[in-house]
Amino acid sequence: MDFELSEEHRMIQQMVYDFAKNEIMSIIKEHDSNHTYPDELLTKLAAQGILGVCLPVRYGGAGMDYVSLGIVSEALEWADTSVRETLAVTLALHAMPIFQWGTEAQKEKFIPPVVAGESVACFGLTEPGAGSDVGAMTSRAVREGDEYVLNGEKMWITLADLADRFLMVVKTDPDAGVRGMTAFILERGWSGLTTGTIEGKLGARASNTGWVNMENVAVPESHRIGEEGEGFKVAMSALDNGRFTVAAGGVGTMKACLEESVRYAQERKTFGKAIAEHQLVQQMLAQMQQRIDVGELLVRQVGWMKNRGIRNTRETSMAKWYCTDSANTTANDAVQIHGAYGFSEEYNVERHLRNSKGAQIYEGTSQIHQLMQASYVLGQRVDRPLRCELPAYDAEEWQRET
Amino acid sequence: MNIIALIKQVPDTAQLSPIVDGLQLMQNGQPRIVNPWDEYTLETAIQLKESHGGKVTVLCVGKPESVEALKTGLAMGADEAILISDDTLEGGDSLATARVLVKAIEKIGACDIVVGGRASIDDNHAATAVQVAALMDVPPISYVAELTVEPDAGHLKAVRLLETGRETVTTTLPAVVTVVKEINEPRYPTFIGIRKAANAEILMWTLVDLGLEAEEVGVSGSKLIRTGLEVPQAREATLELIEGAPGDAARTLAERLIEEQVI
Repeated sequence: MDFELSEEHRMIQQMVYDFAKNEIMSIIKEHDSNHTYPDELLTKLAAQGILGVCLPVRYGGAGMDYVSLGIVSEALEWADTSVRETLAVTLALHAMPIFQWGTEAQKEKFIPPVVAGESVACFGLTEPGAGSDVGAMTSRAVREGDEYVLNGEKMWITLADLADRFLMVVKTDPDAGVRGMTAFILERGWSGLTTGTIEGKLGARASNTGWVNMENVAVPESHRIGEEGEGFKVAMSALDNGRFTVAAGGVGTMKACLEESVRYAQERKTFGKAIAEHQLVQQMLAQMQQRIDVGELLVRQVGWMKNRGIRNTRETSMAKWYCTDSANTTANDAVQIHGAYGFSEEYNVERHLRNSKGAQIYEGTSQIHQLMQASYVLGQRVDRPLRCELPAYDAEEWQRET
Repeated sequence: MNIIALIKQVPDTAQLSPIVDGLQLMQNGQPRIVNPWDEYTLETAIQLKESHGGKVTVLCVGKPESVEALKTGLAMGADEAILISDDTLEGGDSLATARVLVKAIEKIGACDIVVGGRASIDDNHAATAVQVAALMDVPPISYVAELTVEPDAGHLKAVRLLETGRETVTTTLPAVVTVVKEINEPRYPTFIGIRKAANAEILMWTLVDLGLEAEEVGVSGSKLIRTGLEVPQAREATLELIEGAPGDAARTLAERLIEEQVI
């Protein structure tokens, strides 16, 4: 058993943390404060190859592995959740499901422009009346000749109002429950497709969140990802990737909070000594480190499983549940350590606290993950092989140019 | 063009903790980073290669762990990296280090230009590169903020950033230049670069490889001996908040500054 990161991984970690420090930290407070999306960052993320970190070079990716996806997610969220969300949506929830479920022609057509940052991408599952209860979705696709006609509304969609490409999951057979769903790629500019931004969020303010409305949108069969009826499986395997980035991001939030708390606790003096000398502050710092250590191990394990092509739905769910709840507790303690200053925008910890709340809700609430874990424990849930599994990492194959 | 980039691995001074003995950390060299000024060195060298073709060789004198710094250079786009590491080099001053670097440059062979950073953030002497130039008997151009090299004509033009202003100079190649942060924006290593660097073999040279005697390097080859190292006492500062309307506050501030004979 080897817990050490490889030299490649350490260099990626250094590079992305440097990127986060230089490119994100310098602009993020202003964007967070103004609720604006930093367009310039998307270009830089793409140019650096980050948006395609764990995809083969022949699809425009960087040819690195899934552990690298975790490292990159952690470093981006160390700066701000919203930037990690861009990676999650573009890569984990859009490009990776195409990589897993798409035909060769679809992979060649749809993946390169997305990871190159030329087409902004998003993923649409949630609806105004269907979040955790995915089966309650009402969006419909009806086949008419060699195309489908889509109607319905998606809500709380990250990058909705900026996206050029939309991976949407809708019902093709309303009577078949989750087996009656199908996934499609829609393109901006198609008749009947409109989007909007949801204003006034508590956190992730430097990300765009919105709605997508579909009114008789005609979608060619060439844009269907997977077979009819496989939409739920496409969505759930996308979430196995998205939740991995959320979990790794939670570790990033915790590391940022610990660093800021240690710095502040050594500077700030009360009762004649630095507050880091007070045992109740020390307890909070120690618990932060404990959560980071546990979270990091859970995330690394999932990355390792993905690299080997081992199904990881349960482990990913556990990592997502643990890391997001822990990030919220850690950010809350970080604000507490900073006292009144932590309550102000002057320091970063209040931003991390606001951001950390969202991660307990999206991509499966903490409660959904607990129900999932319980159903595994009780033997009510068994993951069966999928028609298309996420490919295991193959360095030589993935780094081949053609 | 044969370009040699001189870099150094230094302790990350931003991470020094006032509680753990900061100086001890410096001595042990943990945690380590590429000397920040040398990021501009690497970018300058790589840009020269991109403009004129040729090869960038990164050269470093240091402990074995300096391989990490050299790999950063390779990941950014350098072609070859050489580490000169030997226990006898410990404690050498800038002149002793320059002596080692010059021997290494001679061993490499062809060299049109040597690029270094303005200083290293640990010793901060800003002397090594200039001493390299002196020992090579080529012109040293320090504090360079703009650089135009014409390899075919065999000369370069540089704008030096000095306290008194910007000085434009020209000289012949080969030459040694040290650069300041105004010269460029260092790139991040790419994923392809990282893969290449992770798999790359770093050439390791010792004193024997360079044909140097132990007396010429390290403490015995140095004219400057460090006899002490301590953290200066923190100065007590008082903070006074001037409140009121901007105009009134500015007036009060000006009065206070005159009173304190600052202005």
